Amino acid sequence: MTHQRQNPIETWLRSDRMPHIWCPGCGIGTSLNCFVRAVERAAIPKDNLFVVSGIGCTGRVAGYIDVDSFHTTHGRAIPFATGLSLARPDAKVVVYSGDGDLAAIGGNHLMHAARRNVDMTVVCVNNLTYGMTGGQLTPTTPRTAVASTTPYGNYEHPFNLPQLADSCGANFVARWTVFHVRQLTRTLTKALRTKGLSFVEIISPCPTLYQRRNRLGDGTQTLEYYRDHSVVRHGANTAEVDIDFQGEITVGEFVTRERPSLRECYEARMREVLQDDFAPFGVRP
Amino acid sequence: MTKREAQPLRTGLHFMNGNEACAEGAIAAGCRFVAGYPITPSTEVVEHLARRFPRIGGMFIQMEDEIASSICFQGAVWAGHKAMTVTSGPGLSLMMEHIGFAAMTETPSVFINVQRAGPSTGLPTAAAQGDIMQVRWGSHGDYAIIALCPSSPQECFDLTIEAFNLAERYRCPTFLMMDETVGHMMGKVRIPDAADLTVEPRRNTTRAPGDYQPYATYDGSDVPEMTRAGDGHAIHVTGLTHNEKGYPDMSFAVHDALVRRLQRKVHTHTSELFRLEADGLDDADVVVVAFGITAGIAAYAVTQARALGRRVGLLRLITLWPFDEARIRTLTANARAVIVAEMNLGQVCLQVSRAVQGRIPVHHIGNPGGPVIEPEEILAAIEGAAT
Repeated sequence: MTHQRQNPIETWLRSDRMPHIWCPGCGIGTSLNCFVRAVERAAIPKDNLFVVSGIGCTGRVAGYIDVDSFHTTHGRAIPFATGLSLARPDAKVVVYSGDGDLAAIGGNHLMHAARRNVDMTVVCVNNLTYGMTGGQLTPTTPRTAVASTTPYGNYEHPFNLPQLADSCGANFVARWTVFHVRQLTRTLTKALRTKGLSFVEIISPCPTLYQRRNRLGDGTQTLEYYRDHSVVRHGANTAEVDIDFQGEITVGEFVTRERPSLRECYEARMREVLQDDFAPFGVRP
Repeated sequence: MTKREAQPLRTGLHFMNGNEACAEGAIAAGCRFVAGYPITPSTEVVEHLARRFPRIGGMFIQMEDEIASSICFQGAVWAGHKAMTVTSGPGLSLMMEHIGFAAMTETPSVFINVQRAGPSTGLPTAAAQGDIMQVRWGSHGDYAIIALCPSSPQECFDLTIEAFNLAERYRCPTFLMMDETVGHMMGKVRIPDAADLTVEPRRNTTRAPGDYQPYATYDGSDVPEMTRAGDGHAIHVTGLTHNEKGYPDMSFAVHDALVRRLQRKVHTHTSELFRLEADGLDDADVVVVAFGITAGIAAYAVTQARALGRRVGLLRLITLWPFDEARIRTLTANARAVIVAEMNLGQVCLQVSRAVQGRIPVHHIGNPGGPVIEPEEILAAIEGAAT
């Protein structure tokens, strides 16, 4: 009997930064594991992958993955990644951040990046709360759920992120939970191969804050809930994939379309108007 | 379309406004990416570049707001390009977060700020010089910046190139502090041959992966060596306090050393960075300090005062930050009074007051933006101070 002593994704991690900050039962590490396997499947060379994060627990992914990585300001990973992506058309730019970062403070940038269809993959780990700051309400917290800033339960309508990304024009929109590691890895591989903007939402536990405060058990019990309450509906109408408190979670690949990306639109228009006078941007300086 | 537009450098004599001259200066400096958001009175800069860039391998992107603009261009910088953003007061207020990010991550960054009267929406189409303290102190925490202030369209061209050069050399936020009047002033602009331009290239490290730490300083310099994404160093860039490797490090000692270095790398070069023009100071009883659009007006007032027999000199500031207090102290050592003329209610005046340390009176002539200062106001102040 042989034992594999090395973590199979270790070559992609900054081992000198371990242990990481994530709590026991947190799903961010699982999502990163799936992501790295997807990068390997998509055969993206290490020097061609740039990871950009915002602020928060998921924002720390940029600091643990051993590629050129940028831990930007709160909510602003997408605009930073837009500049990086336009300047390096040959590279794969990935924004890896959380629901608070991408949907609240960075919501405007998410909408506009999807509208422009910037060449990038946006991975949103949605744990339904702000973990880093102690479990406050985010725009995705389900109604009635307790957060530190909604001690009597949330009364706001939450965002349905797949619908948001879909309605703004993203080329690929999907959702899985961290229970669905094989499906998630396959979907992330597809997302990485997508031209234009791909958006993958990953539902993940925050046992320390969200699950504890709502008396939903630990990480394992949350995975069991994901297993028992997720329904796979590929191609589902994204208007119908809202998440209610402890309700059913619709997962799957919802949207695949081939709208031209920002770069393709820019270059096509400039070639049409300027013809031979057009000199494209983004050739390596 | 004309071949002229395909030329990156439009060598020759031109009649253009300050905003266009700034745009041409950016092109001459090698800038090929600009992210911006429309705002009066700066918009001609990006409009000009939106026309020019697609023909010369550059790109302008109009972002959803100034917050996005001020970090989008930094993404292009880390891809190896020279890049900038352009704005005015309300936009500058939104950019504070990414001025701090550029300072902390040592991203060579150029911010063009065409000043208008504030606070808030203020007078969108009227000039002011009221953002001097904001660019120095606006983002939280301690850091250093460089700010240059042009007085003419020619200087808008020249100092934009200089701003890019200094951003590359010091890796800090660098500002061009234009104002509405200088931005819209038409004038003669001479664009020299490439051979006569001084353009500091991006210098990426030549160290091999493994031998390079992105935030280590080498060979006695306080400025780390730059690199770019994709060069094999697997860099990590963060706005968190970080060690030489670029990794987050929450220890107070690392924070103290890092933030002190961010200031030191600029401030130990204050005397060479602080550029000014001194005129008629040798026998001056009264020294007028002015900059930007106000400098030309002050020069006229000084000429008139001299014709009236007043011994008065002019200090035109070209660099606003870092501010060389010792130099101002020396230059005003024999004067009996200083007058600071500026379109705000006393910003550079505070710096000058600190410099003279109460030895002589410092008078302020100004307004909170709107009309340019009249030469008569300065002349009256000279008369008052000289008697």
